[in-house]
Formats: sequence, C-alpha cells, structure tokens
Amino acid sequence: MRQGEIVLETRGLSMYFGGVKAVDRVDFSLWANELRCLIGPNGAGKSTFFKCLTGQLTPTAGDVVIRDVHVAGREPHEVSALGVGIKTQVPNVFNGLSVEENVWLAARRWHGPTRARSLTGETLERLQLTEIRGETVDKLAHGQRQWVELGMVVAAEPWLVLLDEPAAGMTHEETIRTAELIREINKTATLIVVEHDMQFIRMISKTVTLFHEGRVLMEDTMEAISADPKAREVYLGTRA
Amino acid sequence: MDLVIAVILQILYGIANLALISLGLAIIFGMMRVINLAHGEFLMLGGYTVVVATNNGVNLWFAMLVLAPVVVGVIGVIVERLLIRWLYGRMVDTLLATWGLSLLFIGLVTTIFGASTATTISPPLGVVHIGEYTSSGYELFLIGVTIALLILVWAVLKFTKLGLVSRGTMQNAEMAEALGVSTNRIYMVTFGLGAMVSGLAGGLLAPITGVLPTIGAIYIAKAFITVISGGMAILAGTTSASVLLGGVNGIVDFLTGPTIGEVALLLTAIILLRLMPRGITGSWFKKSL
Amino acid sequence: MRLSLDFRGTVIVAILGVLFMLIAPSLFSKVTIIKLNVPIALALLALSLALVWGYGGILCFGQTAFFGLGAYAYSIAALNFGGSTGAILVAILVAAAAAAILGYVVFYGRVSDVYLAVITLTVTLILYSLMRRTSGPDYKIGDALLGGFNGIKSPKLNLPWDHTDTLNRLELFYPSIVALILAYLLCGWLVRTHFGRVCESIRENELRAELIGYDTRLYKLGIFTIGAALAGLAGVLFCIGVTRVTPDVFNLYTASLTIIWVIVGGRGTLIGPILGAFGLYYLTEWLGKTASLNNNLILGIVLIVFVLGVPKGVVPTITDWIQQRRGTRSMRATERRMRMRRARAVSEEPGE
Repeated sequence: MRQGEIVLETRGLSMYFGGVKAVDRVDFSLWANELRCLIGPNGAGKSTFFKCLTGQLTPTAGDVVIRDVHVAGREPHEVSALGVGIKTQVPNVFNGLSVEENVWLAARRWHGPTRARSLTGETLERLQLTEIRGETVDKLAHGQRQWVELGMVVAAEPWLVLLDEPAAGMTHEETIRTAELIREINKTATLIVVEHDMQFIRMISKTVTLFHEGRVLMEDTMEAISADPKAREVYLGTRA
Repeated sequence: MDLVIAVILQILYGIANLALISLGLAIIFGMMRVINLAHGEFLMLGGYTVVVATNNGVNLWFAMLVLAPVVVGVIGVIVERLLIRWLYGRMVDTLLATWGLSLLFIGLVTTIFGASTATTISPPLGVVHIGEYTSSGYELFLIGVTIALLILVWAVLKFTKLGLVSRGTMQNAEMAEALGVSTNRIYMVTFGLGAMVSGLAGGLLAPITGVLPTIGAIYIAKAFITVISGGMAILAGTTSASVLLGGVNGIVDFLTGPTIGEVALLLTAIILLRLMPRGITGSWFKKSL
Repeated sequence: MRLSLDFRGTVIVAILGVLFMLIAPSLFSKVTIIKLNVPIALALLALSLALVWGYGGILCFGQTAFFGLGAYAYSIAALNFGGSTGAILVAILVAAAAAAILGYVVFYGRVSDVYLAVITLTVTLILYSLMRRTSGPDYKIGDALLGGFNGIKSPKLNLPWDHTDTLNRLELFYPSIVALILAYLLCGWLVRTHFGRVCESIRENELRAELIGYDTRLYKLGIFTIGAALAGLAGVLFCIGVTRVTPDVFNLYTASLTIIWVIVGGRGTLIGPILGAFGLYYLTEWLGKTASLNNNLILGIVLIVFVLGVPKGVVPTITDWIQQRRGTRSMRATERRMRMRRARAVSEEPGE
C-alpha cells in the first residue's frame, strides 16, 4: 500500500493539556487510497490526535499537512473544505431534522440544488436509509444515527475520510454492514478509522497504527501487531 | 495633589461598587454555572429590607449589615428549593426562569410598596475633607466593606469545609457525588450565600441610590458585564474585571462626564470578550479561586 | 416531506392576514384600528426574534436594542431629512450595522450561548441608561434633540413621492400590517432556503454543521443581522404608531416582553411568536384594566409557568398534540388491519 503520494502527514504533532501529554511529537504519514486504522488503549491519545486532524483542537506544537495545506489550528469547516469527510466519536447529527435533511445539508454544501437532491437520494439508498428518510433523527436507534452520520460524510463525496469509532454501540449485524460500507468507501477514498473493537478492525484493516501514551508505538498489519509481544502487552493487556 | 487623591478615591469607589454589586452573582455563577437574572431584584430586595426596617425604628447599621443579607439569603434558599433545583443542567431554562422571577419580584414589590421611590435614607458618616475637595465618608466605608467582603469570601472558600466541598463540586459534580457529597445541599447553600451577599450589597447601596421596584435593572447590566468579563473564577474574576471595567468607567467619567462612562465600560467588555471569550480568568489565573 | 418546499401553510397565513387587513376597518371602530398599530409593530419585533432565536438558535435577549436603535434612527433621520422614506432605510441600516458589529464580536469570538444572552441584554440596558441621560440642548444630532427621558417626537410616515402628504394614524394601519405580512412571507421563505436550513442545522448541532463544511459563524452573523434589520423596521413602525420614541424601548420590561412572546408562541415557528405578541398585548391590557394587576407580575408568572410547564410554547404543543392524535388513530387503524389479517390467516389454516 505504501506507494504514490502522501496525502496526510503530521510532523512533531503534540497536544498537551496542562502537564498531560495527550499527543506527543507524533510523525505520521498516510498514503493515497490507504485504509488506516488507529488503535490503542484508552487514553493512548488517538482521539486527541484525531481531533487535531479535524480542526476540533488546535495542537500545542507541530503541524498537520493535508495535500500540501497546513491545517493545524484551522477551523473544522476549513478542513472539510479540502474534501475531507469527518465522523466524530459521539454521533453528531441534527437531531431535530429528518434523515433526508441531514444528508441533504451535507450534499448541498458542495453541490447545486439538483445534484444535491440526486446525491441525497443515492446516499440514502447506499446506506439503506430510504425507508426512514422522513423520520426525525432523534427518534432513531443508536446504530441508525451512526449511519445517518456516515451518510452525511459520504454525501459530500470526500476523497479523504476520517472516522472516529464508527461501529461504537452497534449490534453485530450493524457492525458487519458498517465494515462493508467502509471497504466500499475505500474504493474511492482514503480513510483513517479510529477504533476500539478488535473484531471490527480485523474486518477492515490493512495497515494499523498503534498508539501508546501519546506516541506511535508500532505501525504494521493487524496480524503482525497481534503477534508482537510488546503490542499485546500495551494493547491487549496480556503479558507475552 | 488633592485633586489626584480625590479622583483616585472616586475611581476606587467605582471599582468597589462594581465588585460589590457583582459578587453575589459571581458566587452563584462560578459555583453553579447558573446566571441568575433575578440578581438585580435580590439587590432591590436588600434595599427594601433596609428601608422597611429603618422605617420601623430598626437601627440602620443593623438593618444593612444583618437584616438585609439574612432576609435575602432566606429568599434565595426558598427560590432555589422551589424553582432553580428543577432546572440544573438546563442553563437556558434557568436563565428564563430567573428572568420570570425577576419580573415577579418587581411586580410584587410594586404591588406592595408602589412604583415610586420608597422613603430615602441619607448616607451616614458625613463627608471627609481632602484639602479643598470632599469625599463621602460612606463611600470610603463601602470601599472598606467591599475589601473585607472579598477577603471573607476568599477565606470561606480556602479554609472552610464548605469551601473545599463546594470547590470540589464546582470542579466535578459527579465525582463529588460519588464521594458522598450531597451536591443538592451544596447548591442550596451556595445559592443562599450568593443571595446573602447580594442582599448585603443591596442594603448597603440603598442609602446612596434610594430604592425603586425597578432599580435592579440599573445594577444588573454592570454586574453581568463584570461577571462574564471576569470568567468562572469567583474572586479573581470579580476583582480583575472590577478593576479593569471600574477603572475604565471612572477615568472616562472623569474625562467626559457621566454620560458615556457606562458605554465605555460596555465597549471595553465587548472587546475583552472578543479576545478572551471565556473571560479574564478563562485565559489567565485559571487556577485561582 | 420538508424538502419539497412546502410553503403552503405560510401562504395561507399570509392570505388570512390580507383578509384581516381588508375586513378589519369595517368590523372595528377607528380607535381600535389606531390602537392595532402598536401590537402590529410589536408582532414584527416578535417575528424578528422568532427568526433569530427560534430558527437560528441564537439566544438574543436584547433584540429590543435593535428595535430601539431603529426607532431612534428613524426619528432622528426623519427630523433631519424632513421626510420618512430615506429615514426608514437609515433605521434599518443602523439596526443591521449594530447587529453586524456585535455579532462579529460574539460569533467570531465563539462566545458561548449564555454569555451571548447576557451580553445582548446588557447592550440594551446600557442603551437605556445612556439615552436617559441625553436630556438638555447639548445632546442633539443635526436638528434632532435626543430629549433624554422624554425622548424624541417621531415624524409621521409620508408618501415616498411627496413628503408633505403624511399618513394619519388610521392610515398607518395599512403600511404597518403590509410590512408585517411581507416580513412574515420573507421569513417563511428564508427558513426554507438553503441558508435558512443551514441556520436551523446549526441550532441543532453546530459542530456537525462545521464538520460538513459550513462556516457557522458566518451563517449566525447573517441571520442575526437580518433579524436585527426586521427589528429595526419594527421600531420604525412602533415609534410612528405611538408618535414618540423614549428610552423605554430599551428597558428591561420591553426586553422581557420579546422573550416571553417567543417562549409562549413557541420556538421554531414563525406564527407562534406573532400570535404571542398580540395575545399577551391584549391580555396584559385587559388584566391591567379589570384586575389592576401589575404587568410585571403577570408576565413573570406567565414566563415561569411556560418554562416549567409548556417549554415548547403554545403553537408547537398544539401541532404535536394534533400529530399525536393522528398518529394514534393511524396506529389503531394499522392494528385493526393486522388483527384482521391474523384472523384471516388463522381461518385459512384450519388444520393447524
């Protein structure tokens, strides 16, 4: 997978909260068309790292470069404008609006009214949300809300997709479908997926970056990481 | 030289006045994240307590320093039990409910005492001569009271169990609850204390401003700006914002007359919030009380 | 389906408004019509806050600041220009400009909701105490004396092409209600445009709106400024209707009123706050007259009761109730159908 251009890169990226080094001098590179998983135990800094990439946090030091654009300290909408689709950890949807409106708002940001409407329809089909298109989002189950959010990400037709725990709180069947969807997105876009669920990672992963105490501990395939004694110790808590 | 002293005293009084009218609001805001829109009416009720008490022959000092805080403190506790506690965590609803309360108090007091100024009390302590200038002795006294009050609140927060527990609650309500602290009671006591301080301030200011049912509105604009410019830290916030805004207000008043002092104060606060959206203590002195 | 630009409800309400305008003069006495000018102007103010707060989710507690600025700007400009047409434009521009400046500070500074509420309220209260102090001959703008506590006499509305042909207060009814109806249609259209929907989505979840690429600060600034312009126009109509603008347009009571209309009428609707303004205007007048109850007392109780008991407001509560009744009815119908189908299924399989 390590070929072509680097589309996202961090250099010395650090985020300190008071004395806590949540992310500590991380150098990270993502190649075009990759599907990269970020894993690590709780508090390893992966979510903070993610928020620095998406403009939700301004890093204490270091830089984030997405296709030659420096984004550290930019607003989330500026990151989004680069063609980046972002899904946060807690489902962030427009609760009082309908499923269709949620998706339409994302599509309409980058397209005229006609294209936005057809794109909305396509996206609803793709995520199997067509039947509940008229429902208000706050009445939906947790898994469906996650999909609505994924729908909003997909509808913008991003070339780079950043997902923070997309399968959190989903049933087994929903998880499998989400994994399929992610693989499908990967056909046209580069992805970073922050995840907890090891099974889920096995379903989708190609390259995995393991975070530990704010730093990158390892970067390899899931098989290699599972086999590595040190990785097992920090992540799985089992001593080799 | 005498002029300089007189002007400095005037500015100091302006600062103390801001701190005095804001402190009760700051306590409730800092501890409970509740902005009490009925704050002005707490001050107003303190004033009425003093007027009613002195009209019935109670000693002025006793009325101002004891009765006003106690009466308004009790009202505060009642308000917290009946209204505020149903709305914790719903900041906007709390704002609206306390606004309703504000109107309710204005309406009640107007119905009972009439819409015009109740009997005025002349400020005690006469005047103090500074060369050819004079300064009100009572204003000097208020500067002293404000400083004493700030020190008292600091000591309560720093050294008493109540202070410790409420600071803990302030930092992390769930954690405090888990440690067996009844946050419910802490909130009640805090709100009561905030109301007491407001009652005291209202009582102390009654001789200077007179009392009217709608007098709260005169105070709240300044008190709100001071508290949100100060930020979450009760003492550091109130003090720093009072010094800055009171200073600006005093200097502009001195230079141009009393009309645009308040406007300057507002503009300063707006510029300040553009630079520090979480107030002075959101950016500086974060760890202070 | 909300995407299909369902504008019918709004148009129907507007048509009802036009019918009211045509019928009212033959139904009511002249005094009643003249008196209607005030609640019409207030309803426009309510509408402006319905847009800013109800749709934009911006907690503006000092909408009256723009209302009052509009009224003052109109009176001052009309006295200087010797005519009303340009003065109306000046008033709207002044209100909008004030909102744009204030909005820039609070939205681009990312000041929190509650701070915003308090700052806007403070702005109007400071304007109140500022304008009260402007008595005396020193305080004047051009030919207009600001007049302190007593305020300024507001010039009448005149025909755009002839500034000597002024409208009396009875005739004022028509431009007032037309302005209200047009503003209502404008708002109804605006909330259904892409811009309006983005504003609504920001109210629902600002972070999500950012993440799908909208610069939320700009949208909030936009709707805030439009709302202020409408409030400025409301101020113009109000001061012409009562013939004078005083600092009281900025006071706490007026600010409370606007909030209460929107709370009572319902956030997220446009017609609710308009009805709230009319309803409470006549309610307080009636109660003040018959029971000699203090207005503050009435409004205080109304506000507390609504916040605790009817937080959504009257109009959304009624529509929810109707939808729920429809929902249960259709649910019952579905149940009945299911039961019949089951019964049939059982009868068709007697062997089991």
